Amino acid sequence: MPAVIPDDCVGLVSPECIHFDHPLELSCGRTLRSWDLMIETYGELNADRSNAILICHALSGHHHVAGYHSMDERKPGWWDSAIGPGKAIDTNRFFVVGVNNLGGCHGSTGPNTPNPETGKPYGPDFPILTVLDWVHSQALLADHLGIDRWAAVVGGSLGGMQALQWSISYPERLQHCVVIASAAKLSAQNIAFNEVARQAISKDPEFHDGHYYEHDTVPRTGLMLARMVGHITYLSDDGMRDKFGRELKDGKLSFDFNPQFEVESYLQYQGERFSSSFDANTYLLMTKALDYFDPAGEQGHDLAAALEPAQCRYLVVSFTTDWRFSPERSRELVDGLIAAGKSVSYAEIDAPQGHDAFLIPIPRYMEVFSGYMNRIANALPQPNGDSRHAR
Amino acid sequence: MRADLEIINEWIAPGSRVLDLGCGEGELLAHLTSEKQVTGYGLEIDHDNLTACIENGVNVIEKDIDDGLTSIGNASFDTVVMTQALQSMHRPDLIVDEMLRIGRECIVTFPNFAHWRARGYLAFRGKMPVSKFLPYTWYNTPNIHFCTFKDFEQLCVDRNIEILERTVVDHQHRHHWWIKLWPNMLGEIAIYRITR
Repeated sequence: MPAVIPDDCVGLVSPECIHFDHPLELSCGRTLRSWDLMIETYGELNADRSNAILICHALSGHHHVAGYHSMDERKPGWWDSAIGPGKAIDTNRFFVVGVNNLGGCHGSTGPNTPNPETGKPYGPDFPILTVLDWVHSQALLADHLGIDRWAAVVGGSLGGMQALQWSISYPERLQHCVVIASAAKLSAQNIAFNEVARQAISKDPEFHDGHYYEHDTVPRTGLMLARMVGHITYLSDDGMRDKFGRELKDGKLSFDFNPQFEVESYLQYQGERFSSSFDANTYLLMTKALDYFDPAGEQGHDLAAALEPAQCRYLVVSFTTDWRFSPERSRELVDGLIAAGKSVSYAEIDAPQGHDAFLIPIPRYMEVFSGYMNRIANALPQPNGDSRHAR
Repeated sequence: MRADLEIINEWIAPGSRVLDLGCGEGELLAHLTSEKQVTGYGLEIDHDNLTACIENGVNVIEKDIDDGLTSIGNASFDTVVMTQALQSMHRPDLIVDEMLRIGRECIVTFPNFAHWRARGYLAFRGKMPVSKFLPYTWYNTPNIHFCTFKDFEQLCVDRNIEILERTVVDHQHRHHWWIKLWPNMLGEIAIYRITR
């Protein structure tokens, strides 16, 4: 928890719940009649509503992107390193919107919220969602906020997929699309990791076919295993070696099966913490959305053809040691954008942290990101007077 | 604008698709985009140059040209440009082939190693030429494949490459009437427009 809020932090923030009675037709054929989205906003919307940035979250993310909910909060929002006054996404210049996606477990309508038809939590009956469904719901959120066109839609990993989908589905509603450590589709290896995670959860005896709420329990072991596998794939071999090596917790081997290497206790700690704060059904849903995403699939696997409708400019960023969303996947996207004649810049950041790098303020990454965002900010109508938001 | 870029600028048609290999800070593309409505991309590996391009709003792709350009489709650009980088490629001949595969036309500039000053340096000092214009020593130079105008034109003959236009200038990219008398001796930089 912060003793004082740093100057480059958005400070204390509060989430807001937005209710929608607009029926949302989903890719799976079902309809959500009414639904809620939890959001957070930072900075101020300018007079012509042209400075809004949408932040799309990854698998375990949510609407709390920056700042603190209270002085007791242990850590700031998940992308506080990139969002705040003077940071890459400068909240003195931009109005930033963070949203918890449908199917999430942080307040938006999802498996752990009541199904209005039964009064009980949706649980496994919550419809399978796609990236496209999220983008449609976010477009309705934009309508609600009075934002016709985002200055940029920004996301990393699964968030980058949403940004990309925005550019295809609502080409006239965004000026820029920032896709970080992401892909135009998952590889078989990546889907395989997701399946291991899903099996770990669904085979947990406490899972009860997804109805664990009614049994007043959670599939803690399954979630923990899922997260442990995830964590291994978010780090690189070198990153793990640097962080843990073969260090022993107690300095010597204990000749039993308790965790004794530092890396074991790290994974257990991360897994346990996650299993007590995240919903298992949401985890299953999010990994499915990842697996299903493939905008080129409907275009005969021609990515350039899928990107044809896009009108925005793109920034694509990848990290050299990221093997979960490798630079090759980003290069495929860039090649598709070039073939489609779209405006794109691409940076491949040398970083040892693997997929996690996208959340870390690596100097060259921040230089590229800020450089791109500053150019967007400089093109905004300059307010005459001091309508610039000061904290 | 840099003098060589001025010359190249004149050779690029408005509205065309341009790929600039080793685009530096994106000066040429920025100019072509704003003045000639060109759609263009630069390829660059220098980090500072890449950031500068992004700040200047120039499309730039981080990519080592020596790794190949296979991901770019045949004839997908009207013009492919490479200024002062051919001599630093591992296989300049293959790069020229690739440039001609992806572009209808290519513009290439490189320093002439047969310029009288380089010849004199080697002849009289017996050492690899070092100048203000090419300030590296043999062991740290990025320029690993020096050639002369004659060498390049021989490559064009061998590979059935048509030279559409050639301009030979001094190291400040100025034209002089006397360079035309004996370009391979008096010219320092050549700017070629080629096709196949």
